[in-house]
This record gives sequence, C-alpha cells and structure tokens, in this order.
Amino acid sequence: MSDLELRGVRKQYDGVARMVIPDLDLDIASGQMAVLVGPSGCGKSTTLRMVAGLEEPTAGVITIDGRDVTHMAPADRDIAMVFQSYALYPHMTVFENMAFGLRIKKLADAEIKARVNAAAASLGLTPYLERQPKALSGGQRQRVAIGRAVVRKPKLFLFDEPLSNLDAKLRSDMRREIARIHQESKTTSMYVTHDQIEAMTLADMIVVLKEGVVQQIGSPVDIYEQPANKFVAGFFGTPTMNFLGATLGDRVITGEGFSLPFPRAAPTLRPAAADAKNQVVIGIRPERLSLSDASDAIGGKVVMREVLGAEVVLYVESAAGPLTVRADASAAPRPGDQVKVALDPTAVHVFDGTSELRL
Amino acid sequence: MKRRGPSPLGQILVYLGLIIACAIILYPVMIVLKKAFEPGRQFALSASPVPSSVTLDHFRELFSQRSATGELMFLRGALNSIVISLATTVVGVALSCTAAYALSRFKFPGRKAGLTSFLVVQMFPSTLLLMPLYVILNGLGLLNSTIGLVLVYSTTAIPFCVWTLKGYFDSLPAELEEAARIDGASQWMIFRKIMLPLSRPAIAVTALFSFMTAWNEFILASTFMTDQSKYTLPVLIQSTVTEFSADWGLFAAGAVITSLPVMIAFYVLQKYLVGGITAGAVKG
Repeated sequence: MSDLELRGVRKQYDGVARMVIPDLDLDIASGQMAVLVGPSGCGKSTTLRMVAGLEEPTAGVITIDGRDVTHMAPADRDIAMVFQSYALYPHMTVFENMAFGLRIKKLADAEIKARVNAAAASLGLTPYLERQPKALSGGQRQRVAIGRAVVRKPKLFLFDEPLSNLDAKLRSDMRREIARIHQESKTTSMYVTHDQIEAMTLADMIVVLKEGVVQQIGSPVDIYEQPANKFVAGFFGTPTMNFLGATLGDRVITGEGFSLPFPRAAPTLRPAAADAKNQVVIGIRPERLSLSDASDAIGGKVVMREVLGAEVVLYVESAAGPLTVRADASAAPRPGDQVKVALDPTAVHVFDGTSELRL
Repeated sequence: MKRRGPSPLGQILVYLGLIIACAIILYPVMIVLKKAFEPGRQFALSASPVPSSVTLDHFRELFSQRSATGELMFLRGALNSIVISLATTVVGVALSCTAAYALSRFKFPGRKAGLTSFLVVQMFPSTLLLMPLYVILNGLGLLNSTIGLVLVYSTTAIPFCVWTLKGYFDSLPAELEEAARIDGASQWMIFRKIMLPLSRPAIAVTALFSFMTAWNEFILASTFMTDQSKYTLPVLIQSTVTEFSADWGLFAAGAVITSLPVMIAFYVLQKYLVGGITAGAVKG
C-alpha cells in the first residue's frame, strides 16, 4: 500500500509551446482511489502516463511509497495499468496474458498458476483461460486486462479510461467490478476518465483538471455540493447546472425576473471592468428547480421535453435565460406550454462573474 | 444501400476481358511447358500451346548431365540455389525485422534520411550496381563465393523488406508495447515475444520476397559466379542456350523445375500473403 505524490510536475511536448501540465501537485493517500476527471485534452491521461513511466515529466518529482520514481523505467515502479484499448497480447491465451508479467518476474510456475487461477475465478474468467482474446467479448477482454493487473499485486493501480469502449450496461457492471476489486485489495489507485458518473461512483477522491490545472480536489459529495468554480459546477451533474447572470447587492442577488437573498454580506469581488461590477453568475441544479404557481417564480415557455422514465427534463426559455428543469413525469407540461419555475434559494451556488470562482 | 451489379452484357464483356488477359499472361508459360514435354531441341513452328507428343527425355537429360569433374550439374546448381536463397532469406529477414522495428518505433538522427535512401536505391536498375558491386566483391575477395552472392542479394532485398515490415509494425498498437513495458519486459523481449509473433504475415511476405529475389536472379549471379560448380539454377539453365548450340527442350525443362519451389512457397504461404500484403497498408 502506498502513497503517490506528485510535486511540481510539468509536461511540455517537444515543439509545442503550450504546457500540457503547467505545475501539478497531488497526493493520493494509501489505499485511496483517486479519479482524475476532465474534458478531452485536460492532461489527465498525460499525468497518468507520467506516473506509469510511459512519459517523462519535463520537471518535477513523482514518488510512490516514498521512493522517487521520476526517472525509473515502468517495470521498476511496481505498478499495473489497465488500458482503454485493453492492450491484450492477441497471440497469447487468457492465461498467458495474465501470466506474462509474472513469468518476467521469474515467479515459480506453481505460484503463477495459483495467482492467475485466483484472479480468473474472482473475475469469472475461469472458463476462458485457454481462449485467445479474439474469442472474447469486449467485457471479457476488459476483465482479462484487469486480471492481468491484479495478479501482479502492485503497489499502485493505474486505470486509463478502462470502460470507455464498453456499452452502457457493461460499463455499469464493470464499474461495480472495479469498485469491488478496489474494496478487496485496498490498493492505491489512480483512475482517469472523462465520465462524471464513473468519477462519482468510484472515487474516494476526485481531482478535476482543466488545461492541466487542478480545479478542485475533493470527495464526490464535496465536488457536487460545493463546486469550487463554475467549470466544476458545470462539469458534474446531468443535465448540467443552470447558469444565470445576476447582480450582487447587499445580501440580495437580482437577475432578470428573479431576486434571491444572499445569506452572507456581499464579498468584495475581484477587480473587473467597471461596467461588470458586482456581476455574478448563479448556478442551480435542474433538480433544485420546480414548477410553481408562486408569484415570484420565473415565467417561461417549455421548448423541449425529454422523457427519462420516472421523470422528465424540461427545457424552458425564460426572461432570466434558458433553464433546465427536472420534473415529475406525470405532471410535466408539454412543449409550448407557459410555466413558472421556482428557485430553491438554499441550493443556489454563486460564482464571481469574472474569475468564475465560488463566492 | 444495395450496390447495382453490371448488366448481363457488361458482365460478359468483363469476363471476356479477363479471359483475354489471362490468356496473354499464360500463353508464354504454356509454350515453355509445351517445349519441356515435347521431343526435339528446337521450338516447333506451330503456335499451339498443346504438344504434338509427350516425352520426359528433357527432364531425364537435365538430371543426368555431368560436369567435367563428374558432378551431376543440375543437382549441384539446385543445391547452390537453395543454399544461397535460404541464406539470403535468413539474413534479409533478420536484418529487415530489426531495422524496420527500430525505424518504426524509435526516433533517432538519420531515421528519415535512411528510409528515403532505402526508397531511392530501389529505383536504380540492378545492372547499374554491377560494376560497383564487382569492384567491392573483388576487393573483399568474395567473387565466386556463396557468401558474396548472399550479401549482395540480401542488400538488394532489404529496402523492400524494411518498408513492408515497417508499415506493418506501424500498424501494431503502441499500447501493446506499453503494456509489456509495465509488465516488466525489456525492449528485446517486447520485440521477440510480442512484435515478432504478431508480424508473421508481414514476415512471410518479406521472406518469400527475399527467397524469390535470390532464387530467380540471373545477371548478378552470372557476373559474380564464374566457376561452373558455383552456378545457380538460372545461370545453369541459361548455359544450355549459347550462341553455338541451343537446346530449348533442356532449357524449358530446367525452367519448369526451377519455378516449382516458388510456386510451392506461394501455395504454402498464401494465407499469410493476403493478410501480409494488405496489413501494413492500412492502420486498423
């Protein structure tokens, strides 16, 4: 069991002016599953590959279990990695795929057999041990890839978007499988994904990245309930959070067609253009909006309606801006209907209009 | 959308065109076959590809001809050709595999220039290389030697083999190597245990090409091998037709026997060949 530490890690590719990772500090405590999440090109896979030793950092130090591994070969880092494309050796059987790393370590045959059989049994792969990867389904292949990592009993597990190539049902099954393996082994893990559901369900700790810069580190609940900035708030949650422009007054936020109490005294906003003074963005999740007849609710027209089963998502054009509302399927109005939408003042997130940081 | 096939008339024209093309290609082969089995030393005046009578005399004569030292000439030539072709294949494939892998996976100074020069040398006709190669082999004392000819053949085959294999290595996903590196494999182990087994189709193509380069080659062999006991089959067969006497029956029989190993190799390797020829071309 190990800690993973990244100190001042930078990455810049030859001939590219932009730093992929400008300056990254990160700590993953022993036994934790840390999920790096962010949009494409945010540097999450690059970070993982630097930890794996597949990319050399331009600067900085990476330590695993207190040992500086920055310039060590991947083989010497005592890690195991699961790739998005499975990366199984196509000419070897499932058994040989899982045993490959153990054979290189020169483990005794009996030990190899025991470890592979145990992993195969735990992953439901026992009947397929003599098959080649081409004779397996996508889900089974990913199980083999996970099995190949598990048998090595590494200090650190690395997952590079392992579920991206699977369909929705398999993805959810495999997510539970990975969670179970992590609970059983308690091996420190770094998991990269762009899927917020994977991040929310698997992580002990989520690291949100944008353009190589950490936006927020926290538990899934923290990230969802207390997003550090507008980017994090918009990245998590489906449908995404509603954002409305507003002005911050003395303990009151006023926008087009609504007015909300702001519980704290108005903070000093960061310097901004004179005409943008006190401009804020309020964010509210679709489930915290409700259809209402109250006089202070925002009026608008339903433009689209998505049925999700037990509930529907309504897209409403209002004076305050476009709103997404999650509502009960039975009571939901139809496109073209006039509705009134009420905001739950306790669920409103307020962000600085310029810096987009949470106030 | 369903693709519309050609009209019946169009289909007839297509088949007619193909039949004519096949006949044009096969006619010379059939004339050689006819001569191999027809009695007489000269070509008959008839344009028919069917022999008037059949005999195996030319084959008997071919296998029984002896040199001044009493050696069976055809078997000696066959043995020379086999040794030279197999050695060329082994040397060519071994060097091409390692070179192609390095060119595909590593970045080093001269990589691009090397690849371009491989392509450029392919464009020179081999006759252009005769003189410089002769001078080099003479300087090395390798004229009239099996090793000399193997080296010459290998170097001529390598550029094509390297390009084919590099294309194939390029198409193999880098994640496989990365997975092996994380599993603890060394570079050599990755090459031997992961890359080479996966490259069998491309290796089959390059092996066959190297073999054929050596097996069918005439000009270099006839220039560098002056001792009759060192003749390869093409040189030996050509020696049956001189300006003073020409035994076309013997020549045709020799040509038929010589082409057999290549045909067998094609037949055995065909399942790899189809995959090998297309595999390197498209990244899939």
